[in-house]
Amino acid sequence: MLRYTLKRLASLLISLAIASLVIFAVIEVAPGDPASFMLGINAAEDTLAALRAELGLDQSKTQRYLAWVTGMVQGDFGTSYQYRTPVADMIADRLWVSLPLALYALALSTLIAFPAGIYAAARRGKAGDISVMGATQIGVAIPNFWFAMMLVLIFAINLRWFSAGGFAGWDKGGLAAMKSLTLPAIALALPQAAILARVMRSALLDVLGEDFMRTARAKGLTRAQALRRHGLRNAMIPVLTILGLQFSFLLAGGIIIEQVFYLPGLGRLIFQSISARDLIVVESVTMLLVFAVIVVNFAVDLAYAAVDPRLRART
Amino acid sequence: MTRALILGGALSALVVVAALVSFVWTPFEHTAMDIPAKLQTPNGTHWFGTDHFGRDMFSMIMVGARTSIAVAVVAVGIGVGLGVPLGLWAAARQGGWVDEVIMRGNDLIFAFPSLVIAILITAIFGAGAVNAIIAIGIFNIPVFARVTRGGALPLWAREFILAARVAGKGAARISVEHILPNIANLLMVQATIQFSLGILAEAALSYVGLGAQPPTPSWGRMLADAQTLVSIAPHMALVPGFAIILTVLGLNLLGDGLRDALDPRLRVARV
Amino acid sequence: MSLLEIDALSLAIHGTAILRDVSLRIDAGEVVAITGESGSGKSMTALAVMQLLPDGSEVTGRVVLDGQDVTAMSEPDMCALRGDVVGMVFQEPMTALNPVQTIGAQVAETVQLHRPDLDPKARAAEVLARVGLEHIPLSRYPHELSGGQRQRVVIAIAIACGPKLVIADEPTTALDVTTQAQILALLKRLAAEDGMGLMMITHDLAVVAEMADRITVMRGGEVVEAGDTPALLAAPQHPYTRALFAASTHRVDLPGVAEQAPLLRVQNVVRDYTLPRTRLFAPPGTHRAVNDVSFDIPRGGRIGLVGESGCGKSTLTRAILGLEPVQGGSITLDGTPVFTAGAPDLTVRRRMQVVFQDPYGSFNPRHRVARLISEPFHLLDAPPPDRADRIAQALIDVGLSPEDAQKYPHQFSGGQRQRLAIARALIIRPDLIVFDEAVSALDVSVRAQILDLIAQLCCQYDLTYLFISHDLSVVRTITDSVLVMQNGKIVEQGATETVFTAPAHPYTRQLIDAAPTLPGAA
Repeated sequence: MLRYTLKRLASLLISLAIASLVIFAVIEVAPGDPASFMLGINAAEDTLAALRAELGLDQSKTQRYLAWVTGMVQGDFGTSYQYRTPVADMIADRLWVSLPLALYALALSTLIAFPAGIYAAARRGKAGDISVMGATQIGVAIPNFWFAMMLVLIFAINLRWFSAGGFAGWDKGGLAAMKSLTLPAIALALPQAAILARVMRSALLDVLGEDFMRTARAKGLTRAQALRRHGLRNAMIPVLTILGLQFSFLLAGGIIIEQVFYLPGLGRLIFQSISARDLIVVESVTMLLVFAVIVVNFAVDLAYAAVDPRLRART
Repeated sequence: MTRALILGGALSALVVVAALVSFVWTPFEHTAMDIPAKLQTPNGTHWFGTDHFGRDMFSMIMVGARTSIAVAVVAVGIGVGLGVPLGLWAAARQGGWVDEVIMRGNDLIFAFPSLVIAILITAIFGAGAVNAIIAIGIFNIPVFARVTRGGALPLWAREFILAARVAGKGAARISVEHILPNIANLLMVQATIQFSLGILAEAALSYVGLGAQPPTPSWGRMLADAQTLVSIAPHMALVPGFAIILTVLGLNLLGDGLRDALDPRLRVARV
Repeated sequence: MSLLEIDALSLAIHGTAILRDVSLRIDAGEVVAITGESGSGKSMTALAVMQLLPDGSEVTGRVVLDGQDVTAMSEPDMCALRGDVVGMVFQEPMTALNPVQTIGAQVAETVQLHRPDLDPKARAAEVLARVGLEHIPLSRYPHELSGGQRQRVVIAIAIACGPKLVIADEPTTALDVTTQAQILALLKRLAAEDGMGLMMITHDLAVVAEMADRITVMRGGEVVEAGDTPALLAAPQHPYTRALFAASTHRVDLPGVAEQAPLLRVQNVVRDYTLPRTRLFAPPGTHRAVNDVSFDIPRGGRIGLVGESGCGKSTLTRAILGLEPVQGGSITLDGTPVFTAGAPDLTVRRRMQVVFQDPYGSFNPRHRVARLISEPFHLLDAPPPDRADRIAQALIDVGLSPEDAQKYPHQFSGGQRQRLAIARALIIRPDLIVFDEAVSALDVSVRAQILDLIAQLCCQYDLTYLFISHDLSVVRTITDSVLVMQNGKIVEQGATETVFTAPAHPYTRQLIDAAPTLPGAA
């Protein structure tokens, strides 16, 4: 188990290293000089040079890359070109919106999908299965940002249960903050729940065909008992994979959804920084998102091992 | 023929026909503004109503289908063109360093939140359909590589492949002659799924202004236009929304129907 | 009254008749075998007793178990019965256990369900000890056990609550011959000790002959003959039973050959596999699958290679076919090495062909027969001008017709596919054919036909072949000399009859003793 963990940890570090190189390279080849962008086209040459030096843009690419990476490891994400404030502080503020949103959506998605998938698998081919699967088929096809607009139209504009956008802030109390995240979380969660429910159902159906399920029935377990005691845990392996991937989708999907609801999260930060050519912010936020996804995948790998003893023995 | 196959095929065909017909005929010029006729709800003249510039939304949906299809087709093409050979190569060298490098590379691309990177690419290299295609296409490569390898590996253990090796055939020839035809079904089903995901991704990128640029019409941008007007003209959001949903639904049903019709035991990665 | 009384049982699944009017009975303490070829309905009979039939099943007739008709019982009542009054052992020990649960928990679960008065853990330990696993901790997972040990766990689950009837569905088919003997002995002992009824379902008549008090022979969903084992073996009444017996003990006559020069020489061959690294920085370990193996196959020789799974015979086969390199020694065909790094040496390859075990997996399902069996022409410098004639001739040689060339493989039965595989091997008239478990997946009657075909082809074409099999009775009749392989080494080689009648190595003796035999078979 320790060896397995170490091996996954090593591959996590390699992934992070390569990811940071790729992101740095993409930003490097971006056209446009941040210094001249910030000072405008009429800036004097020596003012530009001074600003470049201040931003560290006069150093070689290798130096800048190393400075960026070592800074990040120490929690220093550099200084925003636009606002001259530490990027780390900007990210921290926004993270308090984006991360709760992603987790809220993930929780909703799981809470909807697991029972729906299990229900459909248990009633395979019957009316219950067909209607759940029909609903998921439509759920998969709905773009989440469109769904978000519909939620705003119905629940904010017509029913006035929620505000149409904006974030109440955590200082107004957790409940108000959660309320302003509720519509965005539903918009994010439902299409993902549709996918997850389908995966859950097909994973369970695959397991139901296994020989050991027949052994379980021959022991005297009822269909439902066999499904619960022997089916679920075996079906969790493919489901975990999808859960890990979904987290990545929810973080990314959140960026779009934040646009719909005018939420001050990482997504808006990225868009604002892109339009202001504040590339250091773009670079760091992207890296942070990739970091989150890679760490979640690492956690999923560990969860595999917890579920499946065969993985613990191997490697 | 299952119901899913018929319904999915019909919906998909409808979208393709609309896109093709739009080259020769649309009820109105899709860019023609008619301010006095703005924000009309669907009626006899403007079947899907008009937008805030009085443009005919039925015409815009027809022309917008071209964008969606073009982006998705090319993005799937990139995925198939690069992913399938890589997957075949990895399977032929199972356990070797080629396999290891290809699959690690795949994992790495999977680790990137795809939409974030697509946003990054289009933002840095400029918004537009071409960059959107590339951004979406890159993430199709590992999907097809993984599905191809997954389908090919069990085949390599089959005795007819051993027999072909005993007949002196090399890995490349066996891959093309024996492996590829036997995973064609799998790839076709996966392609319909990626196609529908491509349409969704294109809509999302256009919605945030990073996809196809005006005057090229796009369903995603129609939704962006609708956002501030949704309370007074809900049809502006409903029409392109339903266009996307029905197209994606049609493609997904087509994929499911194909899978059931071709081989009910096919395992397809559906993410 | 009998423990189990099946009376005029008929079964249809989605309207297709599977069983017709099946009747049989089992008394307490009695071992009753149900035997027959694939499709005979023997497994469905067992599942009907368990009431674990597939969806869409319609049953008529009665199945009275311990005084109750299970066909009329409610599902909750059946759940109470299964695992308590009747236990079941399955064919595939590798997949019959839940991979993510410890063996102790899986045995204890049965106890918890039916015997709440007992301590499940203690009872599980007790039962596992009874099936001969006293040295295996309860905390082990199935993947940590061998196939034979897993089958013992499955048996422990079946007997944990002291059932009155145990149903064993092909319990040893997936196991090696020595393991099979142990499992059969275990089942027989447990049945005798506890006075249980034992329903043995098997395709292997030899297993039946040694185990059962009574035998029921089935074909196509019907019982063709039933009776006490000694009487039925001595004087089978039904023609099908007689045919089945004849096929099981089928012998072929091979034409004699004069001693000739070696064709294939295997000298001191070593084949190592690299194991996955166990430590990050230590060099990876290796597994020696083939260890210093040497033998010759003379031209016209018919050599058998026997051994249990994992002994290295498949590895050796791939090395002989030149598909993989060896780490030591040499394999040469008429003096030319069979393996060349980089591109395969076609001049050697075209002199060898292979016939595999699986009649379903050995053909690309998307190609027609003509293309499939002419694939070895790829080994020639140019396709032969008389390609069509040679395809037709190859089909005739194996007892098929030239018109079959336009068909697809799924249009053929298992036995016919194996004929196609032989046609593919013969088409370029190779000097050496490797039969890799070529008849192991076939029913006995089909197997007998294929063995006849091979013998007939020997007369026609002076075949030289290496016949690899785990089935000793087949090797005995189809080869002149035999190699016995254990743990990567050849432990004995010699003339087939000599090795079988007077085995020199203890392992050979063990193999021969473990193999069940039909009385009357020499």
